[in-house]
Amino acid sequence: MITPSSKPAIKINNVYKNFGSLQALNGVDLTIEQGEFFALLGPNGAGKSTLISILAGLLKPSAGDISVMGFDVVNQYQQARQLLGVVPQELVFDPFFNVREMLRFQAGYFGRGPENDIWVDEILEGLGLADKAHTNMRKLSGGMKRRALIAQALAHKPPVIVLDEPTAGVDVELRQMLWEFIKKLNRDGHTIILTTHYLEEAEALCNRVGMMKQGNIVALDSTANLLNKFAGKNLRLTLGDVTLPLSIQPLMRHHDRGEFTFALNDMAQIEFVLAALRTDNIKVIDMQLNEADLEDVFLSLVGKKL
Amino acid sequence: MMRLTTMNTALKKCFTISAAFRGPWTLLKKELLRFWRVAFQTVASPVITALLYLLIFSHVLEGHVQVYPGVPYTAFLIPGLIMMSVLQNAFANSSSSLIQSKVMGNIVFVLLTPLTHLQFFLAFLLAAIIRGLVVGVFIYLGAMWFVDLEMVHPSLIFAFAFLGSALLGTFGIIAGIWADRFDQMAAFQNFIIMPLSFLSGVFYSIHSLPPIWQKVSQLNPFFYMIDGFRYGFFGKGDVCPLISLAIVGGSFLVLAWITLKMLKSGYKLRA
Repeated sequence: MITPSSKPAIKINNVYKNFGSLQALNGVDLTIEQGEFFALLGPNGAGKSTLISILAGLLKPSAGDISVMGFDVVNQYQQARQLLGVVPQELVFDPFFNVREMLRFQAGYFGRGPENDIWVDEILEGLGLADKAHTNMRKLSGGMKRRALIAQALAHKPPVIVLDEPTAGVDVELRQMLWEFIKKLNRDGHTIILTTHYLEEAEALCNRVGMMKQGNIVALDSTANLLNKFAGKNLRLTLGDVTLPLSIQPLMRHHDRGEFTFALNDMAQIEFVLAALRTDNIKVIDMQLNEADLEDVFLSLVGKKL
Repeated sequence: MMRLTTMNTALKKCFTISAAFRGPWTLLKKELLRFWRVAFQTVASPVITALLYLLIFSHVLEGHVQVYPGVPYTAFLIPGLIMMSVLQNAFANSSSSLIQSKVMGNIVFVLLTPLTHLQFFLAFLLAAIIRGLVVGVFIYLGAMWFVDLEMVHPSLIFAFAFLGSALLGTFGIIAGIWADRFDQMAAFQNFIIMPLSFLSGVFYSIHSLPPIWQKVSQLNPFFYMIDGFRYGFFGKGDVCPLISLAIVGGSFLVLAWITLKMLKSGYKLRA
């Protein structure tokens, strides 16, 4: 049930969260409009899950406030949670029940009754769970459990859906199926907020990206704008254990176990890099030239791989 | 036409009310199904244990011990055993459900919902009461093989069974919220519930104890639940049943208040 409203799907206003002396969130501000497909990216410990937990009411903010379609998640938690479906990161399940029972219970907690069964069938079909509807949760494979977890978050047909690492450790087939289903939900008007370690997924699916580092949002823009800002080519050279000539060090974006990535603004810089290597007698073992992608943007901003 | 519209409105109103209660009702239904799915462990097992106690103690002590004049020892024992099982199982239901959900992480499915702390409390409480009463009824039916037991005050029997299981169900919620591991829960069970229930006068009248132990027994809330429940069967007890009822009811209100405070603050559930 999507409630028409002009309020942002999610509004995060100056949110702080401390765990003792650890500052997990450091004044986060973020607005996600209705109908967006938004990616929240960041390395482990950046604060993504803490932010989602506060949004879902599993944690309390130390300061600041969050609202879902205008409803405060602390003071108006009943209305806010009605509008929100959260897929937790951990693969948790209730071993006493089968898939359909779990979905009915989950919908029931939100006040949905037998009239919701059509939607439950649609979810089961969309996530490839129809033939497992009467299978006990314990007997499902890891991938199937993940599907059931996603189905549970959707059981009450929330207009705002948060998927915290939904494809962690799942096979390609499920990923494709899941994204097709989520894209359909987004087309139908649901707002999707996604955290993922697969940046190519975020790049392909999301129209806006927020990047987090040490409890702060360090980048927030449309995917296209972020890619444009960091437009250019990536020259990946496998050089082995060497020290780069000083002249080309400013071009280096990243290096990992003998593989060096250079950010180039134009093709002429390729010869400049290769010439500098030749001068220092550094042999090129392998060479690749690619367009910059979201991972490069992430590396530039956050300074490490996701 | 007018009447039809009025009826329609009334029906809609009923539907709205039922939808509002569907959340806590669903949680209650899930909790009931949870214990019923493993009824061998949650119902049959405590019933058999209680009947074995009855078999052994009545065989050994029948004819040697008489607590109340004219009441055979086996008859005296049955209400105590029923109530002890009711209390232990009410505690076990809420505490084990919560600790399992916390350890397995599936408590998140309930925490993500719009259920209020009061609805959460009532669902777990009612499930605990129902499990306690179901176990109690089955033990009563099984005990009928041993002795024909009359009920002098059925309303007192029900009041003590209901309030007692409510008290222990609430205590189970507190234990389930507080404990982080199964061994902490086992400590609750073994160091608090078991001693208090065994030393509450299930197998004896406290008047048979030395004065100092009579005083100690009077500090045990289980004693009032057992004694009041037994009074319902025989019309005889160690203390006035109304005093017992007030103590049990008062204890329940105090524990319910503490539990609601814990749930509202999110203690150990929402950091």
